[in-house]
Amino acid sequence: MSEKIATREAYGKALAELGNVNDKVVVLDADLAGATMTKFFKAAHPDRFFDCGIAEGNMMDIGAGLSTTGLVPYCSTFALFGAGRAYEQIRNSIAYPRFNVKICCTHAGLSVGEDGGSHQSVEDIGLMRLIPGMTVIVPADANEAKKATFALADFQGPVYMRLARSATPVFEEDYPFEIGKANVMREGKDAAVFACGTMVPEALEAARLLAADGIEVSVINVHTIKPIDADCVAKYAAKTGNVITVEEHSVIGGLGDAVADVLMGKVNCKFLKIGVNDQFGQSGKAADVMREYGLTADQIAAKIKGTL
Amino acid sequence: MNTAELKKVCTQVRRNIINMTANAGSGHPGGSLSSVDLMTSVFFNHMRIDPKNPRNPDRDRFVLSKGHAAPCYYGVLAERGFISRDEFINFRQLHSILQGHPDAKKVPGVDASTGSLGQGCSIAVGMALGAKVQGKDTKVYTILGDGECQEGQIWEAFMAAAHYKLDNLTVIVDNNGLQIDGSNDEVMSLGDLPAKLRAFGFELFEIDGHDLDAIEAALSAPVPQGKPKCILAHTVKGKGVSFMENQVGWHGKAPNAEQREQALKELED
Repeated sequence: MSEKIATREAYGKALAELGNVNDKVVVLDADLAGATMTKFFKAAHPDRFFDCGIAEGNMMDIGAGLSTTGLVPYCSTFALFGAGRAYEQIRNSIAYPRFNVKICCTHAGLSVGEDGGSHQSVEDIGLMRLIPGMTVIVPADANEAKKATFALADFQGPVYMRLARSATPVFEEDYPFEIGKANVMREGKDAAVFACGTMVPEALEAARLLAADGIEVSVINVHTIKPIDADCVAKYAAKTGNVITVEEHSVIGGLGDAVADVLMGKVNCKFLKIGVNDQFGQSGKAADVMREYGLTADQIAAKIKGTL
Repeated sequence: MNTAELKKVCTQVRRNIINMTANAGSGHPGGSLSSVDLMTSVFFNHMRIDPKNPRNPDRDRFVLSKGHAAPCYYGVLAERGFISRDEFINFRQLHSILQGHPDAKKVPGVDASTGSLGQGCSIAVGMALGAKVQGKDTKVYTILGDGECQEGQIWEAFMAAAHYKLDNLTVIVDNNGLQIDGSNDEVMSLGDLPAKLRAFGFELFEIDGHDLDAIEAALSAPVPQGKPKCILAHTVKGKGVSFMENQVGWHGKAPNAEQREQALKELED
């Protein structure tokens, strides 16, 4: 895992490639094409790129309208302004009629860094999970982001995809990507660590640190938060008896709750949610912010060790 | 359809509205009645649609941005052959296709789910843009409420319509002057609406929204290339039922049995 690429960058480049093979794909942005990386699509397919200006709700609804004409709109902005500001447009105009709109939001979570708490969405997974019928995807590395970007075009219905600003490690192994199918990345008998997005490489590193202490944990990449891979979650929870969830998101409403929903009343296990503990983020270098909120590999390893 | 024929249909749509809301014991007759002549004209004389093939990809599109006027929408769709009048009894009831506000998943002829104000115009913009991108000659119509124009997103949609030169889009503002809490001017004045609409780039037609000939002329009028059309239609909330006309109280209240009888009596040809 030497190379680092942000999932937003992989998304933007994949989108431009997707445009070459799928002429139904159109891309909308709200004056953030340079940051969301839809700029690559804009450069390659200017006739199918629509800037909606700084008006995110309007963008989502234009996406809704475009989808009714047989096009496949990808709407991008920052997670806070998409899932947050435009929540109700997504809920009522896209999800309620089950329109085929792909909502791909970047700059999710604390790793936004310097822009601070106003721009660090720790609620978007929860907001999108709440909407009936919404599919929620959080790619863990650049390869997965690319595969997901392509997979969304073949999937009928609304999807929310969460992408990160900061560059994160690219896995050496090439994993398959199937919506709703979690990827087991490491096997270990002592605990099952379910992670998503930027926390997957951190969880893998935490697992290596724990292994040095003789603790073997499984690491499962839950790239699809909804519909969650319930079989995989239940299997690894039962197998290990210790469940840890790790997410760059509030511990309320996100991956942790999705995993808990699967296990509640079905699997007897210990359970630890690692994430943002009902707080807003703050400015700082991304790595410093992540450390401040306890989301680095060594901190995750220490928390896991403490719970076993 | 000529004016006399259209007038007959409009009267029947008004009867449909009264029957639907009275059956349900709830709903929005006031703003439904103000939209009747506009919506009927669009559906009968202008839209390229086929009730037998409601999802034809080349059909023209309609978005009822003021989704609470659903009884008018359903009333028109029934007369145009998309749904049966037999459905009216189920309006606002469990398991009905006729939800309190239009649900595109359920009703043939409904192209967008609306009801939460301020969103339909943006959806219509997306439809018009989608047609342009694909080189189709689809026309898109949307009806907004005047109170709805207090939603900022309406003006975002207007900006986009002008920016993307959507001359295949017709925005109709049902300007009945009233909203839930009172008149527009009491609640939140819209100011000089015609000037604002022009300033946002529309080719504007200001008409009496109950004059079928004026509606026909405005809908048929050409627009300069690249300019979206706006019809600012001055209407009467509750139009056609004497005791409902210009009454704020009939925004979201259904007629009782006696009122229904009286209304239907007034709505005979």
